Amino acid sequence: MSENQDFMTALTIRLEDELFAVEASRVREILDLVPITEVPSAPSFVGGLINVRGRVVPLADLRVMFGMERPEPDEDTRIVVMEVDIDGEPTIAGILADKVHDVTDIESASIEEAPKVGMRWRPEFVKGIGKRNGGFIIIPDMERIFETPGGRSASVATPEERANA
Amino acid sequence: MNISDPTETFRQEARELLDQLEAGLLDLEQDPSNDDLINSTFRALHTIKGSGAMFGFTAVAEFVHEFETAFDRVRKGQSKANTALIGVALDAKDHIHLLIENPDAPVDGGTEILVQLRAIVDGAAVGGHEEAAPAAAPAPVAAAPAVVVEAPKPVDNGAKRWRLTFYLPSDALIYGTNPELLLKELAGIGPTTVLALSDRIPDLDIIDPEVSHLGWQVDIETAEDPTAAIDDVFLFLRDNMELTLAPLGEEAVAPVIEAPAPVIEVAVALSDDAMPEAPFVPEAPVAKAPAKKAKAAEKAEAEKPAATSLRVPAERLDELMDRVGELVIAQARLSQIANSSSDTALKTIAEELERLSSGLRDTTMGIRMVPIGTIFSRFRRLVHDLSGELGKQIEFITTGEETELDKTVIERLADPLVHLIRNSVDHGLESAEKRVAAGKSPKGTVRLSAVYSGAEVAISVIDDGAGLNHERIRAKAEENGLITADAKLTEQELNHLIFAPGFSTAKEVTALSGRGVGMDVVKRTIDGLRGTIDVSTTPGKGSVFTLRLPLTLAIIDGMLIRVGDGRYTIPLAAVEECVELPAGLEASAKGRNFLDIRGSLVPYLRLREVFGLKGQGDEHEKVVIVSSGEGRVGLVVDQIIGNNQTVIKQLSKLHSGIKSFSGATILGDGTVALILDTAHLVASGQSYVERNLGRAA
Repeated sequence: MSENQDFMTALTIRLEDELFAVEASRVREILDLVPITEVPSAPSFVGGLINVRGRVVPLADLRVMFGMERPEPDEDTRIVVMEVDIDGEPTIAGILADKVHDVTDIESASIEEAPKVGMRWRPEFVKGIGKRNGGFIIIPDMERIFETPGGRSASVATPEERANA
Repeated sequence: MNISDPTETFRQEARELLDQLEAGLLDLEQDPSNDDLINSTFRALHTIKGSGAMFGFTAVAEFVHEFETAFDRVRKGQSKANTALIGVALDAKDHIHLLIENPDAPVDGGTEILVQLRAIVDGAAVGGHEEAAPAAAPAPVAAAPAVVVEAPKPVDNGAKRWRLTFYLPSDALIYGTNPELLLKELAGIGPTTVLALSDRIPDLDIIDPEVSHLGWQVDIETAEDPTAAIDDVFLFLRDNMELTLAPLGEEAVAPVIEAPAPVIEVAVALSDDAMPEAPFVPEAPVAKAPAKKAKAAEKAEAEKPAATSLRVPAERLDELMDRVGELVIAQARLSQIANSSSDTALKTIAEELERLSSGLRDTTMGIRMVPIGTIFSRFRRLVHDLSGELGKQIEFITTGEETELDKTVIERLADPLVHLIRNSVDHGLESAEKRVAAGKSPKGTVRLSAVYSGAEVAISVIDDGAGLNHERIRAKAEENGLITADAKLTEQELNHLIFAPGFSTAKEVTALSGRGVGMDVVKRTIDGLRGTIDVSTTPGKGSVFTLRLPLTLAIIDGMLIRVGDGRYTIPLAAVEECVELPAGLEASAKGRNFLDIRGSLVPYLRLREVFGLKGQGDEHEKVVIVSSGEGRVGLVVDQIIGNNQTVIKQLSKLHSGIKSFSGATILGDGTVALILDTAHLVASGQSYVERNLGRAA
């Protein structure tokens, strides 16, 4: 959240046909698609590594966590490099976005808690849902999404782990 | 850390000196009559005293002075360095450490240590020298100027007189040098007669009270050449001061009157018991004897190149390493471009840059490498103390001290090794009676060794004790719920149970080990360093704990290979050889993956399968044989691309669970390549062998 209590300044991105908002303060840079190195036997959520100015950075695909289709990247695909706390450790990671829109202020008053039912994705990964121009914006809970299996409580499994189970 | 803080500098220096002191004392215990050891120990003490006084650590300086005084008798051969003395001396060293770390807090126990030290030194006197114990504390120096003059004393038992003339650097007083202490130290060399030289004192109206104007002429009586001892005294001033030393013949003592200068005798009260009561009798004013020759010799000595070392904060080295890493990556890109270009000038400069950056890399890494002996010495003290506490006789042998490892690795190794050694001494070695009953020498041996082994360093803690008790381990693990009662475990698995959290087999909890913490910490730390632990044990003969650690955490030479569409790097130091995978091998081997490498069977892994890649391999697959420790494994790859310098980047926490890779690197074209963890692959190859040969047998 931004320091201003009334607004949350966020970068909006599109995954499949949904809008997501990422706190602008954690975003480092936005890259065009770069060569992605696959990590064999890594979970498909973080199956890749990229080179960001000489740093090896893990690349995550939020679409895996939200159970979405994963079409091949196209000319709109971008990588958002940002800072996330992984089990309390600040880490630089990239996420794939089908399209990056703009930086916008979302009124805090308009943000509501994720409803427990009626959503096609898992509520624990959603921090809240904001409204803008009559549409909905999903605010994902990055820290929860990036928790490693070791740092995560046993009751919460990724969709992939469920599928494997 | 504020590096410009002089007291912090002193502390750092003192810590190193204390380590030296401790090592010297422990060596001395083994070899009590080694003069070199005695002298180096004495020098360490002396330097701590000198710089302690300089930086205002008066308590330290005073204590060390007393320590030094007692120890001086050992140096002079009047006392023997026996076990009791070493024990107290080690306590004294610990006390100094406390004084240095807590300069303001009152630290008790110093007086007791000194009393003990003196008692032992006096008791250990050689040839029954019946001498009174030295005075409890150095009597305050009577600085009252007394105009006394001394006549030459009859010279006995070969003692010669030397004349030392010195003027301190003019800024010496500003930096806190106390001439009185220097004179006192000189008096420690032998009986002295001191004469102040006032010839350089300017007129009162132009005098700068902070500048040292006085000179001193000191006649010393000693049997040995005092040059070295005098150098010791002026250790911190020597470079800028004027000093002459010449042997004094009888004729030089003849009074030569130069000027009616007032002669000030500083009566030096000595705590040194060897100091005979020198009769102070009037002496005529003596002119300083110019000794040009001696001065020339001194100068030559001062110009001798000394081994210099620099103290650099570790963060700066880390920064340097990062920069070199970036340079290596940039260079790799340049090489790639140069290779696809026909411009010979570009190719030449790219090659030149490659050579330079590889040299720079090696130098930078070399700076970070520290011989592991720096921590080995710590364990000698540990074993010494454990031996006393547990009443076990232990011989502690270290080998491979010169083996070098990255400094950060060495620092993080200290704690695990402490645990392993404690474990070996406490649980491994039996009591003397049991050892004799088992037909062994009553003295147990603990051996600590380090050797290079491929891309790794293997550090072993070996004891000749009872070995691990598998039944007790099993019983304990069942009791703690680590395994079920009917679990079938291999010997290795049983051995590794001791690294499980909350595991301890000691029947009684001792002060040293047996609280069930420790061994799991060892495992965690070694895992964190990407190392492995092997345990092997022979009942009744002892156990071997071997830690295998990667040589460096920064930049390595790598071999770039391709599997499918992915490129991977193998640490070159782990590569033994590359061979072609014989066509049709699979069929003849009936599904078992073994290669015949000059008569020995080497298992091989298809990286394609390990990585879970789809599709067929290339027609002519290659096998890269890598080794780790004793084991070897062949890795089947599609293509061997070539060698490259590899800057190791750690994988983030998101990928730390994937064991096949030890890190990643950035290639010349900017893409990321994963680095194979050879130790892990060899281990899985090894378990493959066990499974398959076991099935075949």
